[in-house]
Amino acid sequence: MHSNQYTLVYAAVLSILTAVVLAVAAEGLKPMQDENLALDTRSNILKAVRLDYTDRARINETYETAIEERVVNTAGEVLEEKPVQIDLKNQINKEPAERKLPLYIYTGEGGKKYYIIPLRGTGLWGPIWGYVSLADDFNTVYGAYFDHKGETPGLGAEIAEAPFQNQFEGKKIMDDGKFVSVNVWKTTYKSPLGNEHRVDAISGGTITSNGTDAMLKNCIAPYVSYFEKIGNKKQVALK
Amino acid sequence: MAAPTITDAPPIVKQKKEALFSKKNLQTLRDPLDDTNPITVQVLGICSALAVTVQVKPALIMALGVMFVTAFSNLIISLIRKSIPTRIRIIVQLIIVAMLVTIVDQLLKAYVYDVSKKLAVFVGLIITNCIIMGRLEAFALAQKPWPSFLDGIGNGLGYGLILVMVAVFREFFGAGSILGYKLVPQWAYDHGYVNNGLMVLPPAALFIIGLYIWWQRSRKEELVNVS
Repeated sequence: MHSNQYTLVYAAVLSILTAVVLAVAAEGLKPMQDENLALDTRSNILKAVRLDYTDRARINETYETAIEERVVNTAGEVLEEKPVQIDLKNQINKEPAERKLPLYIYTGEGGKKYYIIPLRGTGLWGPIWGYVSLADDFNTVYGAYFDHKGETPGLGAEIAEAPFQNQFEGKKIMDDGKFVSVNVWKTTYKSPLGNEHRVDAISGGTITSNGTDAMLKNCIAPYVSYFEKIGNKKQVALK
Repeated sequence: MAAPTITDAPPIVKQKKEALFSKKNLQTLRDPLDDTNPITVQVLGICSALAVTVQVKPALIMALGVMFVTAFSNLIISLIRKSIPTRIRIIVQLIIVAMLVTIVDQLLKAYVYDVSKKLAVFVGLIITNCIIMGRLEAFALAQKPWPSFLDGIGNGLGYGLILVMVAVFREFFGAGSILGYKLVPQWAYDHGYVNNGLMVLPPAALFIIGLYIWWQRSRKEELVNVS
Protein backbone atom coordinates (compact mmCIF):
# COMPACT_ATOMS: atom_id res chain seq x y z
CA MET A 1 0.00 0.00 0.00
CA HIS A 2 1.40 3.40 -0.96
CA SER A 3 1.56 6.18 1.63
CA ASN A 4 -0.85 9.10 1.59
CA GLN A 5 1.97 11.43 0.68
CA TYR A 6 2.97 9.31 -2.33
CA THR A 7 -0.64 9.17 -3.50
CA LEU A 8 -1.09 12.94 -3.24
CA VAL A 9 2.18 13.74 -5.01
CA TYR A 10 1.38 11.17 -7.70
CA ALA A 11 -2.04 12.70 -8.36
CA ALA A 12 -0.60 16.22 -8.49
CA VAL A 13 2.24 15.33 -10.86
CA LEU A 14 -0.08 13.39 -13.17
CA SER A 15 -2.56 16.27 -13.30
CA ILE A 16 0.15 18.79 -14.12
CA LEU A 17 1.63 16.58 -16.83
CA THR A 18 -1.70 15.96 -18.55
CA ALA A 19 -2.57 19.67 -18.29
CA VAL A 20 0.68 20.57 -20.04
CA VAL A 21 0.09 18.03 -22.82
CA LEU A 22 -3.46 19.32 -23.37
CA ALA A 23 -2.38 22.96 -23.33
CA VAL A 24 0.26 22.28 -25.98
CA ALA A 25 -2.23 20.37 -28.15
CA ALA A 26 -4.92 23.06 -27.85
CA GLU A 27 -2.55 25.93 -28.61
CA GLY A 28 -0.88 24.11 -31.49
CA LEU A 29 -4.15 23.26 -33.22
CA LYS A 30 -5.93 26.56 -32.53
CA PRO A 31 -5.04 28.35 -35.80
CA MET A 32 -6.46 25.50 -37.85
CA GLN A 33 -9.58 25.27 -35.68
CA ASP A 34 -10.19 29.02 -35.99
CA GLU A 35 -9.86 28.80 -39.75
CA ASN A 36 -12.38 25.94 -39.85
CA LEU A 37 -14.77 27.90 -37.68
CA ALA A 38 -14.57 30.97 -39.93
CA LEU A 39 -15.14 28.81 -43.00
CA ASP A 40 -18.10 27.14 -41.31
CA THR A 41 -19.65 30.53 -40.58
CA ARG A 42 -19.21 31.58 -44.20
CA SER A 43 -20.68 28.31 -45.43
CA ASN A 44 -23.70 28.72 -43.11
CA ILE A 45 -24.31 32.27 -44.32
CA LEU A 46 -24.29 30.97 -47.91
CA LYS A 47 -26.66 28.14 -46.97
CA ALA A 48 -29.20 30.79 -45.94
CA VAL A 49 -29.32 31.91 -49.58
CA ARG A 50 -29.61 28.29 -50.74
CA LEU A 51 -25.95 27.90 -51.73
CA ASP A 52 -24.75 24.64 -50.24
CA TYR A 53 -21.08 24.23 -51.11
CA THR A 54 -18.65 21.80 -49.55
CA ASP A 55 -15.58 22.90 -51.46
CA ARG A 56 -13.37 25.19 -49.34
CA ALA A 57 -12.17 27.37 -52.19
CA ARG A 58 -15.65 27.78 -53.62
CA ILE A 59 -17.09 28.88 -50.27
CA ASN A 60 -14.37 31.48 -49.79
CA GLU A 61 -14.57 32.72 -53.36
CA THR A 62 -18.37 33.05 -53.39
CA TYR A 63 -18.36 34.73 -50.00
CA GLU A 64 -15.71 37.25 -50.94
CA THR A 65 -17.25 38.15 -54.29
CA ALA A 66 -20.96 38.07 -53.51
CA ILE A 67 -21.42 38.92 -49.83
CA GLU A 68 -21.24 42.40 -48.38
CA GLU A 69 -20.89 42.70 -44.61
CA ARG A 70 -22.60 45.49 -42.75
CA VAL A 71 -23.55 46.49 -39.21
CA VAL A 72 -26.67 48.64 -38.74
CA ASN A 73 -28.78 49.89 -35.84
CA THR A 74 -32.50 50.18 -35.20
CA ALA A 75 -32.42 53.84 -36.28
CA GLY A 76 -31.58 52.58 -39.72
CA GLU A 77 -27.99 53.85 -39.72
CA VAL A 78 -24.99 51.93 -41.02
CA LEU A 79 -22.30 51.65 -38.33
CA GLU A 80 -18.55 51.50 -38.79
CA GLU A 81 -18.01 48.07 -37.22
CA LYS A 82 -17.70 44.73 -39.00
CA PRO A 83 -20.04 41.83 -38.15
CA VAL A 84 -17.09 39.81 -36.88
CA GLN A 85 -16.60 42.39 -34.09
CA ILE A 86 -20.16 41.97 -32.86
CA ASP A 87 -20.91 39.36 -30.22
CA LEU A 88 -24.46 38.32 -31.04
CA LYS A 89 -24.85 36.60 -27.69
CA ASN A 90 -24.48 39.93 -25.88
CA GLN A 91 -26.55 41.90 -28.39
CA ILE A 92 -29.71 39.76 -28.21
CA ASN A 93 -30.06 40.40 -24.49
CA LYS A 94 -30.07 44.19 -24.97
CA GLU A 95 -33.09 46.34 -25.70
CA PRO A 96 -33.73 46.41 -29.48
CA ALA A 97 -32.94 50.13 -29.68
CA GLU A 98 -29.47 49.61 -28.21
CA ARG A 99 -28.47 46.70 -30.39
CA LYS A 100 -25.85 46.64 -33.08
CA LEU A 101 -27.19 44.49 -35.89
CA PRO A 102 -24.90 42.53 -38.19
CA LEU A 103 -26.27 42.12 -41.72
CA TYR A 104 -24.97 40.27 -44.74
CA ILE A 105 -26.09 41.31 -48.21
CA TYR A 106 -25.85 38.74 -50.97
CA THR A 107 -25.94 39.87 -54.56
CA GLY A 108 -27.36 37.07 -56.67
CA GLU A 109 -28.05 36.62 -60.35
CA GLY A 110 -29.05 39.78 -62.20
CA GLY A 111 -27.87 41.94 -59.28
CA LYS A 112 -30.80 40.87 -57.11
CA LYS A 113 -30.07 41.47 -53.45
CA TYR A 114 -30.85 39.21 -50.51
CA TYR A 115 -30.53 40.30 -46.90
CA ILE A 116 -29.14 37.70 -44.49
CA ILE A 117 -29.92 38.13 -40.80
CA PRO A 118 -27.96 36.18 -38.17
CA LEU A 119 -30.05 34.58 -35.44
CA ARG A 120 -29.27 33.30 -31.97
CA GLY A 121 -31.51 31.86 -29.31
CA THR A 122 -31.91 29.03 -26.85
CA GLY A 123 -33.17 25.52 -27.42
CA LEU A 124 -33.82 22.80 -24.91
CA TRP A 125 -30.25 21.82 -24.06
CA GLY A 126 -28.24 24.81 -25.20
CA PRO A 127 -27.86 27.58 -27.75
CA ILE A 128 -29.41 27.41 -31.19
CA TRP A 129 -28.44 29.72 -34.03
CA GLY A 130 -28.89 30.27 -37.71
CA TYR A 131 -29.34 32.69 -40.59
CA VAL A 132 -32.46 33.72 -42.44
CA SER A 133 -32.40 35.52 -45.77
CA LEU A 134 -35.03 37.95 -47.04
CA ALA A 135 -35.68 38.91 -50.63
CA ASP A 136 -35.40 42.59 -51.55
CA ASP A 137 -39.06 43.23 -50.75
CA PHE A 138 -37.93 42.85 -47.08
CA ASN A 139 -40.90 40.58 -46.55
CA THR A 140 -40.43 37.24 -48.29
CA VAL A 141 -38.08 34.69 -46.74
CA TYR A 142 -35.72 33.36 -49.38
CA GLY A 143 -33.97 30.70 -47.31
CA ALA A 144 -33.14 29.70 -43.76
CA TYR A 145 -30.42 27.75 -42.00
CA PHE A 146 -30.42 26.60 -38.38
CA ASP A 147 -27.97 24.75 -36.21
CA HIS A 148 -27.71 23.78 -32.57
CA LYS A 149 -25.24 22.69 -29.97
CA GLY A 150 -26.88 19.69 -28.34
CA GLU A 151 -30.56 19.30 -29.18
CA THR A 152 -31.89 15.74 -29.07
CA PRO A 153 -31.19 13.83 -32.30
CA GLY A 154 -34.42 12.94 -34.08
CA LEU A 155 -36.39 15.50 -32.06
CA GLY A 156 -35.19 19.08 -31.47
CA ALA A 157 -32.11 18.46 -33.60
CA GLU A 158 -34.42 18.29 -36.62
CA ILE A 159 -34.20 22.10 -36.88
CA ALA A 160 -30.83 21.54 -38.54
CA GLU A 161 -32.35 19.29 -41.21
CA ALA A 162 -33.52 20.31 -44.67
CA PRO A 163 -37.22 19.29 -44.31
CA PHE A 164 -37.68 21.80 -41.48
CA GLN A 165 -35.56 24.54 -43.04
CA ASN A 166 -37.15 24.23 -46.50
CA GLN A 167 -40.54 25.11 -45.01
CA PHE A 168 -39.34 28.70 -44.57
CA GLU A 169 -38.89 29.41 -48.27
CA GLY A 170 -41.48 31.89 -49.51
CA LYS A 171 -42.94 32.68 -46.08
CA LYS A 172 -43.69 36.31 -45.17
CA ILE A 173 -42.58 38.26 -42.11
CA MET A 174 -44.87 41.30 -42.55
CA ASP A 175 -48.66 41.36 -42.38
CA ASP A 176 -50.36 44.60 -43.47
CA GLY A 177 -47.18 46.55 -42.85
CA LYS A 178 -46.79 45.09 -39.34
CA PHE A 179 -44.01 42.75 -38.29
CA VAL A 180 -45.44 39.34 -37.36
CA SER A 181 -42.43 37.13 -38.14
CA VAL A 182 -42.60 33.56 -39.39
CA ASN A 183 -44.14 31.52 -36.62
CA VAL A 184 -43.25 27.97 -35.66
CA TRP A 185 -46.57 26.51 -34.61
CA LYS A 186 -47.99 23.06 -33.98
CA THR A 187 -50.07 21.79 -36.89
CA THR A 188 -53.13 21.69 -34.63
CA TYR A 189 -52.86 25.37 -33.69
CA LYS A 190 -55.48 27.52 -35.45
CA SER A 191 -53.69 30.74 -36.24
CA PRO A 192 -55.37 34.07 -36.96
CA LEU A 193 -52.58 34.65 -39.47
CA GLY A 194 -52.44 33.04 -42.89
CA ASN A 195 -50.30 30.05 -43.86
CA GLU A 196 -47.65 32.35 -45.31
CA HIS A 197 -46.67 33.23 -41.75
CA ARG A 198 -46.39 29.74 -40.28
CA VAL A 199 -44.17 26.69 -40.45
CA ASP A 200 -44.88 23.39 -38.72
CA ALA A 201 -43.18 22.72 -35.41
CA ILE A 202 -41.26 19.51 -34.83
CA SER A 203 -43.28 16.86 -33.06
CA GLY A 204 -41.44 15.84 -29.92
CA GLY A 205 -39.31 18.96 -30.14
CA THR A 206 -41.70 21.51 -28.64
CA ILE A 207 -39.18 23.43 -26.55
CA THR A 208 -36.70 23.66 -29.43
CA SER A 209 -39.54 24.72 -31.77
CA ASN A 210 -40.64 27.40 -29.31
CA GLY A 211 -37.01 28.49 -28.98
CA THR A 212 -36.74 28.81 -32.75
CA ASP A 213 -39.96 30.80 -32.88
CA ALA A 214 -38.77 33.20 -30.16
CA MET A 215 -35.34 33.49 -31.80
CA LEU A 216 -36.90 34.50 -35.13
CA LYS A 217 -39.06 37.19 -33.51
CA ASN A 218 -36.35 38.53 -31.24
CA CYS A 219 -33.64 38.67 -33.89
CA ILE A 220 -35.55 39.85 -36.99
CA ALA A 221 -37.74 42.55 -35.39
CA PRO A 222 -34.96 45.14 -34.79
CA TYR A 223 -34.03 45.07 -38.49
CA VAL A 224 -37.48 46.18 -39.63
CA SER A 225 -36.83 49.90 -39.22
CA TYR A 226 -33.60 49.62 -41.18
CA PHE A 227 -35.42 47.79 -43.94
CA GLU A 228 -38.19 50.40 -43.93
CA LYS A 229 -35.60 53.09 -44.34
CA ILE A 230 -33.82 51.50 -47.29
CA GLY A 231 -37.18 50.37 -48.69
CA ASN A 232 -38.37 54.00 -48.73
CA LYS A 233 -35.15 55.10 -50.35
CA LYS A 234 -35.66 52.54 -53.06
CA GLN A 235 -39.22 53.72 -53.69
CA VAL A 236 -38.08 57.31 -53.89
CA ALA A 237 -35.42 56.27 -56.37
CA LEU A 238 -37.99 54.42 -58.44
CA LYS A 239 -40.25 57.47 -58.59
CA MET B 1 22.84 -36.23 4.52
CA ALA B 2 25.15 -33.77 2.89
CA ALA B 3 24.18 -30.14 2.73
CA PRO B 4 22.85 -29.19 -0.70
CA THR B 5 25.50 -27.76 -2.89
CA ILE B 6 25.19 -25.10 -5.45
CA THR B 7 25.05 -27.76 -8.16
CA ASP B 8 21.73 -29.08 -6.76
CA ALA B 9 19.98 -25.77 -7.36
CA PRO B 10 17.78 -25.76 -10.43
CA PRO B 11 19.68 -24.49 -13.38
CA ILE B 12 19.04 -20.87 -14.25
CA VAL B 13 17.40 -20.86 -17.66
CA LYS B 14 17.81 -17.63 -19.47
CA GLN B 15 14.29 -16.62 -20.46
CA LYS B 16 13.95 -16.17 -24.16
CA LYS B 17 12.67 -12.75 -25.08
CA GLU B 18 9.20 -12.97 -26.55
CA ALA B 19 8.99 -12.02 -30.20
CA LEU B 20 7.02 -8.85 -30.97
CA PHE B 21 4.46 -10.76 -32.97
CA SER B 22 4.57 -14.07 -31.14
CA LYS B 23 1.62 -16.45 -31.34
CA LYS B 24 0.32 -15.17 -28.02
CA ASN B 25 0.60 -11.51 -29.03
CA LEU B 26 -1.09 -12.13 -32.34
CA GLN B 27 -3.91 -13.84 -30.52
CA THR B 28 -4.26 -10.81 -28.23
CA LEU B 29 -4.62 -8.68 -31.34
CA ARG B 30 -6.93 -11.05 -33.21
CA ASP B 31 -9.33 -12.30 -30.57
CA PRO B 32 -11.30 -9.06 -30.11
CA LEU B 33 -12.06 -9.01 -33.83
CA ASP B 34 -14.33 -12.01 -33.48
CA ASP B 35 -14.17 -14.37 -30.48
CA THR B 36 -14.21 -11.63 -27.82
CA ASN B 37 -15.56 -8.77 -29.92
CA PRO B 38 -16.34 -5.86 -27.59
CA ILE B 39 -19.70 -5.10 -29.21
CA THR B 40 -21.15 -8.44 -30.23
CA VAL B 41 -19.68 -10.67 -27.51
CA GLN B 42 -18.95 -8.39 -24.57
CA VAL B 43 -21.93 -6.16 -25.50
CA LEU B 44 -20.06 -2.94 -24.65
CA GLY B 45 -20.07 0.41 -26.46
CA ILE B 46 -23.50 -0.19 -27.96
CA CYS B 47 -24.75 3.42 -27.62
CA SER B 48 -22.21 4.91 -29.97
CA ALA B 49 -22.68 1.98 -32.34
CA LEU B 50 -26.33 2.98 -32.64
CA ALA B 51 -25.71 6.70 -32.89
CA VAL B 52 -22.82 7.26 -35.28
CA THR B 53 -23.47 4.59 -37.90
CA VAL B 54 -25.86 6.44 -40.21
CA GLN B 55 -22.97 7.14 -42.58
CA VAL B 56 -19.68 5.37 -43.12
CA LYS B 57 -17.41 8.41 -42.77
CA PRO B 58 -18.34 9.36 -39.17
CA ALA B 59 -18.32 5.65 -38.22
CA LEU B 60 -14.84 5.25 -39.64
CA ILE B 61 -13.54 8.31 -37.83
CA MET B 62 -15.23 7.32 -34.56
CA ALA B 63 -13.64 3.88 -34.90
CA LEU B 64 -10.20 5.43 -35.43
CA GLY B 65 -10.76 7.72 -32.43
CA VAL B 66 -11.72 4.85 -30.14
CA MET B 67 -8.82 2.75 -31.43
CA PHE B 68 -6.39 5.59 -30.70
CA VAL B 69 -7.78 5.97 -27.17
CA THR B 70 -7.87 2.23 -26.33
CA ALA B 71 -4.38 1.63 -27.72
CA PHE B 72 -2.64 4.55 -26.05
CA SER B 73 -4.54 4.44 -22.76
CA ASN B 74 -3.64 0.74 -22.51
CA LEU B 75 -0.02 1.54 -23.34
CA ILE B 76 0.30 4.43 -20.88
CA ILE B 77 -1.45 2.64 -18.03
CA SER B 78 0.65 -0.46 -18.60
CA LEU B 79 3.86 1.62 -18.60
CA ILE B 80 3.02 3.21 -15.25
CA ARG B 81 1.12 0.25 -13.79
CA LYS B 82 3.66 -0.49 -11.08
CA SER B 83 3.71 3.08 -9.78
CA ILE B 84 -0.06 3.72 -9.71
CA PRO B 85 -1.35 3.94 -6.12
CA THR B 86 -4.11 1.31 -5.92
CA ARG B 87 -6.49 3.61 -4.09
CA ILE B 88 -6.64 6.13 -6.92
CA ARG B 89 -6.13 3.80 -9.89
CA ILE B 90 -9.57 4.47 -11.41
CA ILE B 91 -9.00 8.24 -11.20
CA VAL B 92 -5.59 7.84 -12.81
CA GLN B 93 -7.15 5.79 -15.61
CA LEU B 94 -9.85 8.41 -16.10
CA ILE B 95 -7.31 11.23 -16.30
CA ILE B 96 -5.33 9.41 -18.97
CA VAL B 97 -8.44 8.49 -20.97
CA ALA B 98 -9.87 12.02 -20.66
CA MET B 99 -6.59 13.49 -21.88
CA LEU B 100 -6.52 11.21 -24.93
CA VAL B 101 -10.19 11.86 -25.73
CA THR B 102 -9.61 15.62 -25.54
CA ILE B 103 -6.67 15.28 -27.92
CA VAL B 104 -8.84 13.29 -30.36
CA ASP B 105 -11.53 15.97 -30.12
CA GLN B 106 -9.03 18.77 -30.80
CA LEU B 107 -7.53 16.88 -33.75
CA LEU B 108 -10.95 16.30 -35.30
CA LYS B 109 -11.84 19.98 -34.93
CA ALA B 110 -8.61 20.94 -36.66
CA TYR B 111 -8.53 18.39 -39.48
CA VAL B 112 -12.07 17.10 -40.14
CA TYR B 113 -14.33 19.86 -38.87
CA ASP B 114 -17.51 18.67 -40.60
CA VAL B 115 -17.16 15.19 -39.11
CA SER B 116 -16.37 16.60 -35.67
CA LYS B 117 -19.67 18.49 -35.87
CA LYS B 118 -21.52 15.29 -36.75
CA LEU B 119 -19.88 13.28 -33.99
CA ALA B 120 -20.34 16.21 -31.59
CA VAL B 121 -21.09 14.86 -28.15
CA PHE B 122 -20.11 11.27 -28.95
CA VAL B 123 -16.39 12.03 -29.12
CA GLY B 124 -16.52 13.47 -25.61
CA LEU B 125 -18.45 10.41 -24.55
CA ILE B 126 -15.68 8.05 -25.67
CA ILE B 127 -14.52 8.44 -22.08
CA THR B 128 -17.66 6.68 -20.88
CA ASN B 129 -17.25 3.87 -23.42
CA CYS B 130 -17.06 0.77 -21.25
CA ILE B 131 -14.64 -0.90 -23.67
CA ILE B 132 -11.87 1.47 -22.65
CA MET B 133 -12.11 1.27 -18.86
CA GLY B 134 -12.83 -2.45 -19.22
CA ARG B 135 -9.59 -3.10 -21.08
CA LEU B 136 -7.58 -0.96 -18.67
CA GLU B 137 -8.89 -2.82 -15.63
CA ALA B 138 -8.87 -6.28 -17.17
CA PHE B 139 -5.68 -6.17 -19.20
CA ALA B 140 -3.38 -3.16 -19.04
CA LEU B 141 -3.05 -3.06 -15.24
CA ALA B 142 -1.54 -6.55 -15.24
CA GLN B 143 0.25 -6.88 -18.55
CA LYS B 144 3.38 -5.55 -20.20
CA PRO B 145 3.15 -2.46 -22.44
CA TRP B 146 3.48 -4.16 -25.83
CA PRO B 147 0.74 -6.80 -25.35
CA SER B 148 -1.43 -4.06 -23.77
CA PHE B 149 -0.94 -1.85 -26.81
CA LEU B 150 -1.88 -4.75 -29.10
CA ASP B 151 -4.92 -5.51 -26.95
CA GLY B 152 -6.00 -1.88 -27.29
CA ILE B 153 -5.54 -1.92 -31.07
CA GLY B 154 -7.40 -5.24 -31.29
CA ASN B 155 -10.36 -4.05 -29.24
CA GLY B 156 -10.50 -0.75 -31.12
CA LEU B 157 -10.43 -2.67 -34.40
CA GLY B 158 -13.11 -5.10 -33.23
CA TYR B 159 -15.31 -2.15 -32.26
CA GLY B 160 -14.56 -0.34 -35.51
CA LEU B 161 -15.25 -3.40 -37.61
CA ILE B 162 -18.80 -3.67 -36.32
CA LEU B 163 -19.32 0.10 -36.54
CA VAL B 164 -18.22 0.27 -40.17
CA MET B 165 -20.15 -2.85 -41.13
CA VAL B 166 -23.36 -1.45 -39.64
CA ALA B 167 -22.69 1.92 -41.27
CA VAL B 168 -22.16 0.33 -44.71
CA PHE B 169 -25.57 -1.37 -44.47
CA ARG B 170 -27.29 1.73 -43.16
CA GLU B 171 -25.80 4.19 -45.63
CA PHE B 172 -26.31 1.86 -48.61
CA PHE B 173 -29.94 1.05 -47.90
CA GLY B 174 -30.79 4.36 -46.24
CA ALA B 175 -29.18 6.77 -48.67
CA GLY B 176 -28.15 4.63 -51.64
CA SER B 177 -24.50 5.58 -51.23
CA ILE B 178 -21.30 4.61 -49.43
CA LEU B 179 -18.85 7.25 -48.19
CA GLY B 180 -21.01 9.77 -50.04
CA TYR B 181 -20.64 8.07 -53.45
CA LYS B 182 -23.99 7.23 -55.04
CA LEU B 183 -24.09 3.50 -55.67
CA VAL B 184 -27.76 3.00 -56.43
CA PRO B 185 -28.13 4.29 -60.01
CA GLN B 186 -30.67 6.93 -60.93
CA TRP B 187 -32.60 4.54 -63.18
CA ALA B 188 -33.39 2.39 -60.15
CA TYR B 189 -35.06 5.42 -58.53
CA ASP B 190 -36.81 6.21 -61.81
CA HIS B 191 -38.25 2.68 -61.76
CA GLY B 192 -39.67 3.11 -58.32
CA TYR B 193 -36.80 2.18 -55.97
CA VAL B 194 -37.06 4.06 -52.68
CA ASN B 195 -34.39 4.52 -49.98
CA ASN B 196 -35.28 2.70 -46.79
CA GLY B 197 -36.14 5.39 -44.24
CA LEU B 198 -35.87 2.98 -41.32
CA MET B 199 -32.17 2.49 -42.01
CA VAL B 200 -31.49 6.12 -41.14
CA LEU B 201 -33.10 5.75 -37.71
CA PRO B 202 -31.19 4.34 -34.69
CA PRO B 203 -33.32 1.16 -34.41
CA ALA B 204 -31.88 -0.05 -37.72
CA ALA B 205 -28.45 -0.32 -36.07
CA LEU B 206 -29.96 -2.48 -33.36
CA PHE B 207 -31.50 -4.82 -35.93
CA ILE B 208 -28.24 -5.14 -37.87
CA ILE B 209 -26.16 -5.77 -34.75
CA GLY B 210 -28.78 -8.30 -33.60
CA LEU B 211 -28.62 -10.14 -36.93
CA TYR B 212 -24.83 -10.12 -36.78
CA ILE B 213 -24.83 -11.59 -33.24
CA TRP B 214 -27.25 -14.27 -34.42
CA TRP B 215 -25.02 -15.15 -37.38
CA GLN B 216 -21.87 -15.09 -35.22
CA ARG B 217 -23.31 -17.40 -32.60
CA SER B 218 -24.78 -19.79 -35.13
CA ARG B 219 -21.29 -20.47 -36.48
CA LYS B 220 -19.51 -20.45 -33.10
CA GLU B 221 -21.26 -22.65 -30.63
CA GLU B 222 -18.82 -21.87 -27.83
CA LEU B 223 -20.23 -18.32 -27.70
CA VAL B 224 -23.72 -19.58 -26.91
CA ASN B 225 -24.55 -19.73 -23.24
CA VAL B 226 -25.79 -23.28 -22.82
CA SER B 227 -26.39 -23.11 -19.08
